[in-house]
Parts: sequence; C-alpha cells; structure tokens
Amino acid sequence: MDASLIPLLPGAQVLLTALVVMLLDLFIDEHERGLLAWISLLGLALCGAEAILLWGSSEGTFGDTLLLDNFALFFTQIFIAVAALTVLSSMRYVRETGIHEGEFYSLILFATTGMIVMAAANDLMVFFLGLETMSVAVYVLTGMWRSSARSSEAAMKYFLMGAFATGFLLYGIALIYGATGSTNLNQISAYLLEPQGQWPPYLFVGGLLLLVGFGFKVGAVPFHFWIPDVYEGAPTPVTGFMAVAVKAAAFAAWARILMHELSPLDSDWALPLRVLAIATMTIGNLLAISQPSVKRMLAYSSIAHAGYLLIGIVAGEEWGSTSLLFYLATYAPATFGAFAVITLLTEQDKPKEDYGHFAGLGFKRPFVAMAMSLFMLSLAGFPPLAGFTGKFHIFRSAIIAGHTDLAIIGVLNSLLSVIYYLRVIVMMYMNEGGVKGKSFIESPYLYTAVGLAAAATIYLGVLPMRTLEWSRSAFSSLF
Amino acid sequence: MNGAQVGFFILAGLLIVSSLWVVFQRNVVHSAMALVAALFLVAILFLTLNAPMVGVLQILVYAGAIMVLFLFVIMFLNPIGLEQRRRLWWGFGALAGLLLAGALVPVLTNGDAPRDPVVATELFGGPEELARSLFTDFVLPFEIASILLLVAIVGAVVLAKREP
Amino acid sequence: MVPLDYYLILSAIIFAIGVVGVLIRRNLIIVLMSIELMLNAVNLTFIAFANSLGSMDGQVIVFFVMAVAAAEAVIGLAIVISVFRHRQSLDPQEMQLLKW
Repeated sequence: MDASLIPLLPGAQVLLTALVVMLLDLFIDEHERGLLAWISLLGLALCGAEAILLWGSSEGTFGDTLLLDNFALFFTQIFIAVAALTVLSSMRYVRETGIHEGEFYSLILFATTGMIVMAAANDLMVFFLGLETMSVAVYVLTGMWRSSARSSEAAMKYFLMGAFATGFLLYGIALIYGATGSTNLNQISAYLLEPQGQWPPYLFVGGLLLLVGFGFKVGAVPFHFWIPDVYEGAPTPVTGFMAVAVKAAAFAAWARILMHELSPLDSDWALPLRVLAIATMTIGNLLAISQPSVKRMLAYSSIAHAGYLLIGIVAGEEWGSTSLLFYLATYAPATFGAFAVITLLTEQDKPKEDYGHFAGLGFKRPFVAMAMSLFMLSLAGFPPLAGFTGKFHIFRSAIIAGHTDLAIIGVLNSLLSVIYYLRVIVMMYMNEGGVKGKSFIESPYLYTAVGLAAAATIYLGVLPMRTLEWSRSAFSSLF
Repeated sequence: MNGAQVGFFILAGLLIVSSLWVVFQRNVVHSAMALVAALFLVAILFLTLNAPMVGVLQILVYAGAIMVLFLFVIMFLNPIGLEQRRRLWWGFGALAGLLLAGALVPVLTNGDAPRDPVVATELFGGPEELARSLFTDFVLPFEIASILLLVAIVGAVVLAKREP
Repeated sequence: MVPLDYYLILSAIIFAIGVVGVLIRRNLIIVLMSIELMLNAVNLTFIAFANSLGSMDGQVIVFFVMAVAAAEAVIGLAIVISVFRHRQSLDPQEMQLLKW
C-alpha cells in the first residue's frame, strides 16, 4: 500500500504543536505560560505556510482514505485562521477566568487537527474519527471555565446532544457500509455509479440518518435547540471557535460526502434538504429577533446562517458548492469578530451580553463599537462588506440551479435579520448608559484579533475575486 | 426453525428485555447492572457472527472498563432518590421509539437480495485477521483513534480534577 | 443459519430503545448508558454486515467504535462530575441557568 506522508503534513504540524504545548506546560512556571500561546501561533503559522506551499497538489494516501487536494487545503486555511484568532483572543481571557492555559491551547490545537482530518477524509471511518477528535476536544473546551456553573452545564448539553448525534451518524455509516461493502468514498461512489438493479432500501435510510447526524452538528432546524444554550454558556472565545470552525468542518465533510461522493442519491434528499434549509433560515431569524441577550441573538443568527449555507448545498453543482465555500469564508470573520467583541466586554462573573450593555459604546469605546457595527452590517448583508458578497453568490447559485423560491425566501430572511443586527448598532450609538469602565479583559492581542477580523470583513467585501477563485479551484479539485 | 435460530431468538429476547430494563428502571444501579447484562448478550451475539475476537474485546472493554467507570461514578456521586415516573412524557418517548423502530424495521427486511452469510475461512474473525486488517488498511484510523484517546484523557483530567 | 435480517432488525430495536432512553430520562448517567446502548446496536449492525459480506472491515470498525465509546464515556462522566460539583443533582431539568 502506498503511504506517502506528505498529505498528512498540515494535520501532523498542528498535532505536533499540540503535543509540544501540552508537554511544555508541565515544565514551565506559572508566569511563563504566555509562551504557550506564542508556540501555538507559531505552529499554526507554519501549518498555514505549508498549506499555501502545497496548494494545487492532489494526492491520496493510505489507500486513498485521506486526500490532499485544494478542497482540504482551503478548509485547512479557514480552520487555522480561526484557531489562531481564538488563541489571540483568549490569551488574557484564560488567565482571568482561571482556565488552565496549557490544556486550553493544546485542546484548541487538537480540535483543529480533528477538523483538518475531517476536511481531508475520503473514508467514512477516517472522517468519523476526525469528527470525534474535534467534538471531544470542543466538549472539554466548553466546560473549561470550571468556576462558572453555566460553562459546566453548557458542556453537559453539548456533550449529550453531540453523543446522541454521533449515534445517528454512526448508524448511517453502518447501513451505508452494509449496502456498499466499503467505507471508502471512492468505492462507495463506484458502487453507486455501477449500473445494476436495485439498491438495498437501507442505503437510503443510511443516507437519511447521516443527514440527521449532520443536521445536529451544524445546528439545522429542527436539530438546533442545543445551540443557544451551549453558545451562551461556553467561554466566549470558544463560542466563536464553535460558531465558525466547528460549523465549517461539519459543512466541509457534508460537502465532500453528501454532495460529491454520494451525489447519485441527490434526487432522494432534495426535498428534505429544501425543507431543512427553509426551516433553518426562517426559524433561526424569527427566534433571533426576540432574544434579550446579544450572545444568544448571535447563536440564533448562526443557525440562520447555517440555513443560507444549506441553500448552497441544495443548489449543488459547481455554483452551489463554490458559493458554499465562499460563504463560509465570508461568514467566518464577521461571526468570530462579533464574539470577540463580546469577549472584550466580559466582566468578572458578570456576563455582559444584554443589549443594554452595548448602550453608549459608540462614545466610550469608538474602535470597539465601529468594529461591532462592521460585523453586524456584514452579517446582515450590507454592501460592500463580506456578508453581502457571500449572500449574493449563494442566492445567485440558487437561481442558476432553478431554485428561485429558495433565493426569494433567503432574501426575505436577510431583510428580517436586519432588525436585530441594527438593534445592536442603534444601542451603541443612540443610547446612553451601559458599561462604565474597562472590562477585565483588556489585552492588545484581543484588539488585534478584532482588528484582523474587521479587516478581513472589509477585504472580502471589496476584493472578493481572489477568494472566490480559490473557492472555485477548491471545489473543482473534488473531481 | 433450526437450533441456531432458536438460540438467536432466546438471546434476542433477553437482550431486548435487558435493554428495556436499562431505560425504564428508576434505580441507577439496577440500570447499570442491566446494561452489563445487555453488553454480555451482545458479546455472545458477536460470537455467533464469526467475530470471536471482537466479542472478547466487547467484554474486556465495555463490561470490564467502561462499566466499572460508570459504577465508580455512581458510587462517587451517590445520587439518592429515585426519578419520578412521569407517565405522559414516558409514554410519549416510548411512542417515538416505536415509530423509529417501525420506520427502520421494514427497510431492513430485505427479502430479494441473497445476503446470507458467506462461508469464510477458518481464521475469519480471529486475532490474526483482525490485526492484519487493523495494521494495514486501517492504520490511519488507528493513529487518529490514539489521538482521540489522548484528547479524552487530557479532557477528563482537566474537567474532573479538584481545584486547588 | 440465522438470516442477516434478524440481526439488523434486532439492532434497530435496540437502537430505538436507546433513543427512547435519551429522550425520556432525566438522570444524566442513565442518558449516558442509553447512548452506550445505541452505539452497541450500531456495533451489532457492523458485525452482522461484516459476516454477510465476508470482510473484516466491519469488525475493525467496531474496534474503533469501542475506542470512541470509551472516550465519550470518559468525557461524559467527567462532565457529570463537574456539573455535580455545581448543582448536587443529576437532573438536567434543574439546570436553570441556561434555558433547556
């Protein structure tokens, strides 16, 4: 069997960094722990450089169970960018909240390793183990703020829902294995393309169970109910990580497995997917309007965004998939940035998350308020920001694929979402009161993370062509 | 109906009863004991399916390690008081389960395709064959599983360790 | 010989029982045990298919599922302990800080 190790390189780089951070943590003093964050960033930067150098390669290894193609590399870049921003924005946070730094950073890196495996997996078992590595690490990250009861409870809920979803996903894999005789996606798609009589009926059920499992992981309605509680309870930098990287990883696997390799089954899940997309957008947006807390509002808004992403999956083909990848890239900085701003406003034992806490922010902390406005406008889809170009391409792909109704519902939903996004901006600039002094998380690194996210939001809105081109070549590498 | 089928139905009946016992028993320790029984029965079913090695692992890993962990945590937390049986909610849950089983069973009854067990070699299911497959075709998942277990160890220590 | 169908139906029933347990129970440890039951049902499906296909793949996969089940049990019980430190209760309904 061929076993070229090059396709393992990005994942191995992050894994190695995680191990170094974990072991080094044992040997250094309490006050030197800041070093661990820099080592994590260095490892992530190296991985990013490797991913850029490897761009364009197309190689499988270990019997084609793991592929290194542009698709995997595109997602690898998203994951490490988000992981790096998470590390930056938690450097001060972890110390103030009493989270163990060494374990925190190494778990972020372990989760990133799992995500890279998920995006590169060409075998259902490899994908499943990558998913579990990511999930277990993120369950722990959610519960790491030990002195906060909310954090423990969020971890409990996340774990129960995640493990429940794992059961469905695994049952789906079992039935697909039984029907096709393999877990390797190449062999499964070869089986599906074979002109032969009847597929066993449990093949469809297997696909459907897989869909339920993915629905839970990305938080599509009606499998969304855990999201607001978990996002609210988790330490805020981890929430940003979950809302962006975990969701992107689930969509990466979804795109590779369901859209590409199992595409002969497309006609069977077109209807459930349409229903899922419409319900996810609409219910996510409607519930977001009524939330009193900005953090919960963002949780529901991330559900709505999962709905827009599902439009890309329904549209399928070249345009749908390209716009799916591009949308993930545009959604990432705005969502992560919004959570980073909430991190910035955190006060000891008093979560500063209600709309009221944003009152008057525009006068007291203009930079923070400006960045938050950018993120809100981008998420609402105002030009010329990232969210606009992302939504434009998603809806365009729906129209090209003949799903005009989906595009119209999507546009109406975006209009609806303007209500709650603008409410934050109105609060910041047109109200008095709110936060008095400085929060306990004042760190230049956190400001850097917010600034980088804001810059990316503007860049992707004004000059989207290069990233769009990358998305297209990432998608075409699947073939 | 031959002897093997009679044996299967006895095992299946016992497995279903013990699984129901796990789910509907109010006392946690009784549930755990029923789960041990269910795991043993599954191990015996593995033996009837030419999977002796996996059957042994099932007993070692599940009944041996995982269940001991469960019992240890039950003793450690010592939860007193039995859970209320809320009839309406439990009835609703049971109905959902019946619907799920009712949806799954017909599609799994696959009459036409001749899918009866292929007669395998002597070694099928033994440690040799398992190891050969594990360390050739599945060596990459094997390595990822080791990362997963490492993450679980680190995570368990971080979460359950008593704060100084 | 026992036909494949019988094993598949048995595992579907056990899976459904596990799902019921997760849905109705209000004791975190029993919910965890129900999840283990679901994973065992899936394992039975894998082994039954491995036998009928005459390939070892299914058996090796079960080996990995056991590793995953062990990892999940460990993390789940650690989370149970950390929740119990705050709440002194195993009932998720009593977690009122976050709306269930």
